[in-house]
Amino acid sequence: MNAPNSFRTGPDENGHFGLFGGRFVAETLMPLILDLEKAYQDAKADPAYKAEMDAGLKHYVGRPSPLYFAERLTEHLGGAKIYFKREELNHTGSHKVNNVLGQILLARRMGKERIIAETGAGQHGVATATLCARYGLKCVVYMGALDVSRQAPNVFRMKMLGAEVVPVQAGAKTLKDAMNEALRDWVTNVHDTFYCIGTVAGPHPYPAMVRDFQSVIGHETRAQMLEQEGRLPDSLIACIGGGSNAMGLFHPFLDDPSVKIWGVEAAGHGIPTGQHAASLTGGRPGVLHGNRTYLLMDDDGQITEAHSISAGLDYPGIGPEHSWLHDTGRATYISATDQEALAAFQLVSRLEGIIPALEPAHALAKVIELAPTLPKDHLMVVNLSGRGDKDIPQVAEILGTRI
Amino acid sequence: MSSRLTARFEACAREGRAALVTFVTAGDPDHDTSLALLKALPAAGSDVIEFGVPFTDPMADGPAIQAAGLRALKNGQTLAKTLAMVRAFREEDTATPVVLMGYYNPVYIYGVERFLVDAKAAGVDGLVVVDLPPEEDDELCLPALAAGLAFIRLATPTTDDKRLPAVLKNTAGFVYYVSIAGITGTATPDAGRVTQAVARIKAHTPLPVAVGFGVKTPAQAAAIAAGADGVVVGSALIDALRGTLDAEEQATPATVPAVTRLVSELAQAVRTARPAAAE
Repeated sequence: MNAPNSFRTGPDENGHFGLFGGRFVAETLMPLILDLEKAYQDAKADPAYKAEMDAGLKHYVGRPSPLYFAERLTEHLGGAKIYFKREELNHTGSHKVNNVLGQILLARRMGKERIIAETGAGQHGVATATLCARYGLKCVVYMGALDVSRQAPNVFRMKMLGAEVVPVQAGAKTLKDAMNEALRDWVTNVHDTFYCIGTVAGPHPYPAMVRDFQSVIGHETRAQMLEQEGRLPDSLIACIGGGSNAMGLFHPFLDDPSVKIWGVEAAGHGIPTGQHAASLTGGRPGVLHGNRTYLLMDDDGQITEAHSISAGLDYPGIGPEHSWLHDTGRATYISATDQEALAAFQLVSRLEGIIPALEPAHALAKVIELAPTLPKDHLMVVNLSGRGDKDIPQVAEILGTRI
Repeated sequence: MSSRLTARFEACAREGRAALVTFVTAGDPDHDTSLALLKALPAAGSDVIEFGVPFTDPMADGPAIQAAGLRALKNGQTLAKTLAMVRAFREEDTATPVVLMGYYNPVYIYGVERFLVDAKAAGVDGLVVVDLPPEEDDELCLPALAAGLAFIRLATPTTDDKRLPAVLKNTAGFVYYVSIAGITGTATPDAGRVTQAVARIKAHTPLPVAVGFGVKTPAQAAAIAAGADGVVVGSALIDALRGTLDAEEQATPATVPAVTRLVSELAQAVRTARPAAAE
């Protein structure tokens, strides 16, 4: 494929990033998606919306998040100079809140009073429940029953915040099934309900809209790196489930060819075992949840179950713009196994005094692998997209500790 | 275009009644039972057959059809087997229209061009693909029309007058009016409102309008049939089928008769819905 003049102009008016994206939804939802697209275009052009967003990000979310030089990890690995973009310090403990704030302010403009969301690890669900509490909106969160059991702290958090958490018993009882159920709710409650999607997937305009909201991560990183080092970073690295934290970091740098970009998918028990969540590495293009993208599936086009230690990465698809960046070669997608992520989780906790979530632990696992191969003046930014508090019970159990 | 669909709706109209459109999932609960059921539907009174193509993630379907698809997939149903079942059906029945209903991904993976050739050869008359709105017509709708297969569109309570022309463009065979905002087999449609909606759609198109989603009993079917060209019943048939399965969800001798009995009752209901209209 020929390289385009810019990697930052997509999607086209029909929501396509090359082959990927689109609006593959039932007719019942089509008018809603067109309304949403128009409302978002109007909001983007309205200085009052931008002012409200900026104030919320600063005073409620706590932005900007620091760009932190991870000195001991850098010394330990003996190669690239490693920076953490500290998204785990945001209110609610992850990058998810950046997007939710944008969507909730949009829902208010549209007069919607009931918010639904899907969640995997619970980080998006917690962020949605939080903003719904803040603005007095009814909140229903769909969560796979398996995830409800492995992310108990977040389930309790959502309930404390006044949200209704619906455990989804269908399929593998994880994120994919939660998204199906949220779509079924939306199709049933079209008149008063706003669907707050948590990642850069779903029908147009969600992938572009969520990316725009998350791009604050990359814009800040750019300014902070220029201030601290006087130049752009040499590489960016982030974990990918649907891919919103990664897209938020990557997008502002897509047209800077000197910046190398790595996305890290979840390899679960290892790609050859088939027990993984690496759609780009182990899948092929198909259509699910409103968009065409790389998916894990069998020869009959039936979607197969993903596996990852991390509930937030346990999804058989990926945002369509990542599929496009993969096919164009602008970004390089690699993968980390459950075991590698678990090791990184422990190493970074001990060396930096920062307990990362299992999701960014996948990105950290590849930092551990890549950094020693790079020169000491190589500036590498890893998106520390969430904190590990939610994972403590699960990791303790895996490590054989009773708490 | 599909002569079988047109002929069947015209024949029903001549009888002064709505067509009974029955939905069953291909391969539910297993290939052989499903094929036997498919073959038994016309004699039981089904005018048009919607044959569901199982998919792991049926986002517009309620619990009954979700479960039916999973039963079929568990027993090895594939799109290729579904087409082979239609081919076997056509050896015995050349008059009853068969419409495949499902989601895009299995077709996309089978390959659109190859699928259209094989579907046409098998004797499929039309397609209902839930996740292909008019905005994605280039994918399958236009190639299907070119291949001589009807592409049947869903119109819904959220499809307003401004949008209707876009939805009706490039559609053929009949229009499927989704009577509720929601998923299959859950809420019950209001017959009065449905009649109004059908009239609204008919003002925009000469095609017959069939109504489905949530029609369960013969009485409901009769009420809807009074104001529509066709009534679609699906989840209720699936429920009848499921009620006969054993503890391992396998078919029993009661499975096919339970479904055909309900189809007969529904067929009777659509025939008595408009006594005055039979001129």
